[in-house]
Amino acid sequence: MTMRFVDEYRDADRARQYLRLIARTVTRPWTLMEICGGQTHTFVKSGLDRLLPESLTLVHGPGCPVCVTPLELIDRALAVAARPEVLFTSFGDMLRVPGSATDLLSVKARGGDVRMVYSPLDAVKLAQRHPDRQVVFFAVGFETTAPANAMAVWQADKLGLANFSILCSHVLVPPAMEAILGSPASRVQGFLAAGHVCAVMGFREYEPIAARHRVPIVVTGFEPLDLLQGVYLAVRALEAGRFGVENQYARAVTRDGNLPAQALMREVFEVCDRAWRGIGVIPASGLALRARYAGFDAARRFAVGGITAQESPLCIAGQIMQGLKKPHECSAFGTLCTPEHPLGAPMVSSEGACAAYYHYARTP
Amino acid sequence: MQVEPNAQGMAMGTVSFAGVNKEICLAYVPEAKVGDYVIVHVGFAISIVSEQEAEETFEILRRMGELAELEEGPDGPAGPPPAEPGR
Amino acid sequence: MSDAGNAPVEYLGLQCPIPLSEYPQVTLAHGGGGRLTHALIERMFLAAFRNPALEPLHDGAVLEVPAGRLALTTDSYVVSPLFFPGGDIGSLAVHGTVNDLAMCGARPLALTAGFVLEEGLPMDDLWRIVRSMARAAKDAGVSVVTGDTKVVDRGKGDGVFINTSGIGVVPPGVDVAPARARPGDRVLLSGRIADHGVAILSVREGLAFETTIASDSAALNGIVGGLLDALGERVHVLRDPTRGGLASATNEIAASARAGLRLEETAIPLADQVRGACEILGLDPLYVANEGKFLAVVAPEVAGPALALLRAHPLGHEAAVIGEVVAEHPGRVFMRSRIGGMRVVDMLSGEQLPRIC
Repeated sequence: MTMRFVDEYRDADRARQYLRLIARTVTRPWTLMEICGGQTHTFVKSGLDRLLPESLTLVHGPGCPVCVTPLELIDRALAVAARPEVLFTSFGDMLRVPGSATDLLSVKARGGDVRMVYSPLDAVKLAQRHPDRQVVFFAVGFETTAPANAMAVWQADKLGLANFSILCSHVLVPPAMEAILGSPASRVQGFLAAGHVCAVMGFREYEPIAARHRVPIVVTGFEPLDLLQGVYLAVRALEAGRFGVENQYARAVTRDGNLPAQALMREVFEVCDRAWRGIGVIPASGLALRARYAGFDAARRFAVGGITAQESPLCIAGQIMQGLKKPHECSAFGTLCTPEHPLGAPMVSSEGACAAYYHYARTP
Repeated sequence: MQVEPNAQGMAMGTVSFAGVNKEICLAYVPEAKVGDYVIVHVGFAISIVSEQEAEETFEILRRMGELAELEEGPDGPAGPPPAEPGR
Repeated sequence: MSDAGNAPVEYLGLQCPIPLSEYPQVTLAHGGGGRLTHALIERMFLAAFRNPALEPLHDGAVLEVPAGRLALTTDSYVVSPLFFPGGDIGSLAVHGTVNDLAMCGARPLALTAGFVLEEGLPMDDLWRIVRSMARAAKDAGVSVVTGDTKVVDRGKGDGVFINTSGIGVVPPGVDVAPARARPGDRVLLSGRIADHGVAILSVREGLAFETTIASDSAALNGIVGGLLDALGERVHVLRDPTRGGLASATNEIAASARAGLRLEETAIPLADQVRGACEILGLDPLYVANEGKFLAVVAPEVAGPALALLRAHPLGHEAAVIGEVVAEHPGRVFMRSRIGGMRVVDMLSGEQLPRIC
């Protein structure tokens, strides 16, 4: 039994054809950025990035929500998780992300109740099952995860759960794209937009960005053939001097996106300014709980003071996430900074560019 | 895929991943019906896969590929064009 | 003494030989060394493992061993949950150690079994586990000849931890060692990967997914013995990809041999459901544990016969040639992906954490 809508997009012969097509279309150097950890991974894991023509440079954007969560928030999460009454839940990615001094797995080793969940609804279930514990969910993610987190809070509200709260670090993609394109150091000429973010949000909001900065933006899926087609469409537009939004991932993405999901997101969250680790504050780039649901904000419920975040001076995560440097160009890559002792989030998070390079592309 | 509401009145359904079944929240895909393919993220279906769009994209994919072969001539692997992947 | 004490292993009853009405759970006294310990050993362990070397219930077992090279191995089993589709901690403890001996090229001779029981462990569960071990040992043609039992306070154990050590004899003409892999050798895999890890995860709390995947836990000494009998020292390396999966095992071979390994993703057998489960969980099957599979690195001229031999055995019917040993990139493992690109197959760092995106 093949996996439908998955296997067809991993076909080797088609991939070769596409690679040839791209190679023939490219007449001069171009720099493309993809903003999705999942896409970064597919590129590096299937070795695609090294099969693309030399003149095509693929840079990785801040597509890893774990990596862009500010250090201060991670330290806050660690402090909350260490509290005896707290049952701290999080997606797997966050467990090894280093804070200033420690990480969630170490907190667990020292007796903290830290559990991995696959869905925020699992955290709500835990809250129902353990009324004597304070269940906190580390709500980290892009717009893709926001509807799930919104539903979790909405459910908790309906159930009248007093022992459920979330530590919220939601970030939005379009403002990040603007920030990157607006930076004077930016070399990015075209974007591959994250397919699943767009499945939720649609791609209307990318149209003004494409127009303002005169770049092609291609909404792209995650399988190797999706990525190749996305790259091809972007390159074809660049060669023709066209800009605007194209939708490669039409099988899952519509221009308006998922309206019920957006509705619940609007009900529970509001847009706020957010700090992106390694980049700085990007206005109107995050989501926070609305006043009505503020009771579910773990940052308020658990006053943890005296947090001074300390980044490793060697970590250049910010530059990597803005596509200014590649992981292997970092002086600490693979030596002082490895997945076992990471200096920054991109080396540890499964969405991180550094981790992807380390695991799949490290040359001897 | 079976659709049935859970205790909180949240639409839940059983989604199969190559034979592995998992309970997934379908609240965001109210039009989903048995037999549909969905994109799942952290326990939620966020989009129904449009077969029609998928076929169209596929057609484009295939035609572009064949175009590349035609224009290139016997540059690529010799032999007949690659077989259609299973639908 | 209950009937179970005199019955041969085949007829081990389902009924726990320790009267459950009196002792439904393991207590600290069962580990104290006194009457209760004795009852536990005689009625349960001796009954299940009955063999001449064990009978005397002495401090140790004395065995006649043929002259030659002895292989010795030890492993501790801490799997949770104790019971899972396709096996339990008991059968795992036997298979794992028998397989380690087989990977040395040795024919297993005898096993030891050390139990650390947690106070409160249901006696019935213990009996199930012991019966399972006995069956696994018998099927593998090996005896448990000595053992030990301790009981720890409630909360200080995970139900039961088992340590098994094994000794085996390496026949002449067999020379298996990771360092023997040479450029040109072919890498064979005895069957599909990741079944065990997925089976365990499917019964772990909080991961709720239905699957019919069962652990592949099995004793490999039979199939390995056949391979070695036929091909002798042209089998260069044997390795079972347990913890850390295929990725770690191949890396270990590459490092020891100071050679490179090149694998073909399309050649690696993988069950559809396992693939589906790994997709859901965001796991890479290359890093998921296997308990009934092995890698054989063989001289190129015997790759064909080796594959045929494996395929002819019930535990190897999905065997495949998955790659070769090369002189380039010594110590590193590369794999050609399904799509045609090359990727590094790295050692596992820490525990594999599932991806969400």
